Amino acid sequence: MQYAILIYSSEDIFGRLTDEEQEQALDKHRALQQELTGSGTLDAVAKLMDTSSAMTVRQTGENLLVLDGPFAETKEQLLGIYVIECETIDAAIEQAKKLPQGIAAYEVRPIGWGGGKIAVEDADS
Amino acid sequence: MLIADSLDESGAIAAHFSAARTRVLAALTRQFFDLDMAEEAYQEACKRALERWPLQGIPRDPTAWLLLTGRNATIDRLRKDKRLVFKDALPDVPVEGGNIEADIAELIDTAELRDDVLRLMFMCCHPDLALQDQLALALKVIGGFSVDKIARAFVVKPKAMEQRITRAKKRAAAIATQLESPTLQERAARLKAVCVMAYLLFNEGYSASGGDVHIREELCDEAIRLVRLLIRLFPSQAEVMGLLALCLFQNSRRGARLTSDGRLVALEDQNRTLWDQIEIAEGRVLLEKALRHGRAGPYQIQAAIAATHCRAQQAEDTDWAEIERLYAALEQVQPSPVVSLNRAVALSKTSDAQTGLAYLASHATTLDNYLYFHATRASLLQSAGQFEQAIAAYEQALLLGPTGQEREHIHQQIGSCKKSEKNIVTV
Repeated sequence: MQYAILIYSSEDIFGRLTDEEQEQALDKHRALQQELTGSGTLDAVAKLMDTSSAMTVRQTGENLLVLDGPFAETKEQLLGIYVIECETIDAAIEQAKKLPQGIAAYEVRPIGWGGGKIAVEDADS
Repeated sequence: MLIADSLDESGAIAAHFSAARTRVLAALTRQFFDLDMAEEAYQEACKRALERWPLQGIPRDPTAWLLLTGRNATIDRLRKDKRLVFKDALPDVPVEGGNIEADIAELIDTAELRDDVLRLMFMCCHPDLALQDQLALALKVIGGFSVDKIARAFVVKPKAMEQRITRAKKRAAAIATQLESPTLQERAARLKAVCVMAYLLFNEGYSASGGDVHIREELCDEAIRLVRLLIRLFPSQAEVMGLLALCLFQNSRRGARLTSDGRLVALEDQNRTLWDQIEIAEGRVLLEKALRHGRAGPYQIQAAIAATHCRAQQAEDTDWAEIERLYAALEQVQPSPVVSLNRAVALSKTSDAQTGLAYLASHATTLDNYLYFHATRASLLQSAGQFEQAIAAYEQALLLGPTGQEREHIHQQIGSCKKSEKNIVTV
């Protein structure tokens, strides 16, 4: 079964951490990615750009509108996503618990169906 | 393990504070018509948060929590002091217990908060304030920088900076509290002024004219953060997107601009593999998004120029024809001698140094006291083989206060002009 771990936080938070704290948080991501890659259960991982680069397409009445900005102007935004393979939702929750807490919340959500692939450039390259 | 986790938590709390700061302060300033009181209220709210959040957890909406707590604490204090009988439209909401977020959700009007934040920023760029005072005030009020840090950024004694900020704040605050909710035109004018200030702040950090490199980087980061916040508040302003793109393109070269001993590396000599591709990608998206609006203003055009440089994998690959066209467009929307100077440089690349010089000649009068005008002209003359005139132009540049590194570079060029001159004579 595939599960998505959706990362939600206020966009300002991560950048406000000290360099050291940012590294600590990233270490937890790297460790989880390494572990999942090792067991062959990491199907995709993606970090989304800041919502200042987002646009929203939406039908309003007769018109198809293309609007600047993210879908919802909320205090917490979708910042990134993991797609992992787990036996049970409990197992997926256990993985989400390994991610840095206090700076983001993690929505664990089973995937109905899927396809395609996400190729992400190496952030360090 | 426990220690590591508690360290994480205090870091997270501090990050929530600074992320919420501008919005909370902006709303509190409207509440109390007083910036100092708003800052005190924010401090008090943070103090209480530090007592409660570690026990109760970080609230879902830290901004609302801090705003409400700061507001209530200040009202309580004012009542106790009997300094004034405070009346406002908001109901008293108990801070203890209850679901603060739900209680306050309807109290925070997004549109109103947007204008509050803009007002607070606009206050910092009051035209009566000297440019550096505007930036110092913005760093203090919007960015929450300490006076010490601002003093180090501007290479000024902390005491002197403290006095300057206090003076500037008094002056600006008197105006700001009178600022009504803006009309459409006023809002546009405020946005424009704030963009100018944000870009100045970015450039203050970007120009390596002195001070600690690390603090200068923080100024750039703060400017970028400020522009991001503007986009979040006003999502369909093409010029604000253009400004963010421009800042990101320039910032992407941060790692390549300075040698390990802090010397500036010219664009054409930079190691382009050190440019931050993630920032470049984001800048590109923002520029595309801005250009969809079909009103290419000065920031978008400058961003497009920066993007063209970023596209070239090596200096030789630079699309100078495109850059020349963009400077021509910039000359139309924002004519300035500096823009014409840059267009002349682009022309010298697309055709030859003579063409650039000819273009420069028709714009020469206005730029007599501008160091880079003479340095650029000198370099064009040098390329055109007019060494004697090149030396004269370099010497004029030397009179206009170059930095140590620039002086050294100019002397080198004069040396190579003299050598070339001699070769021509002897051949």
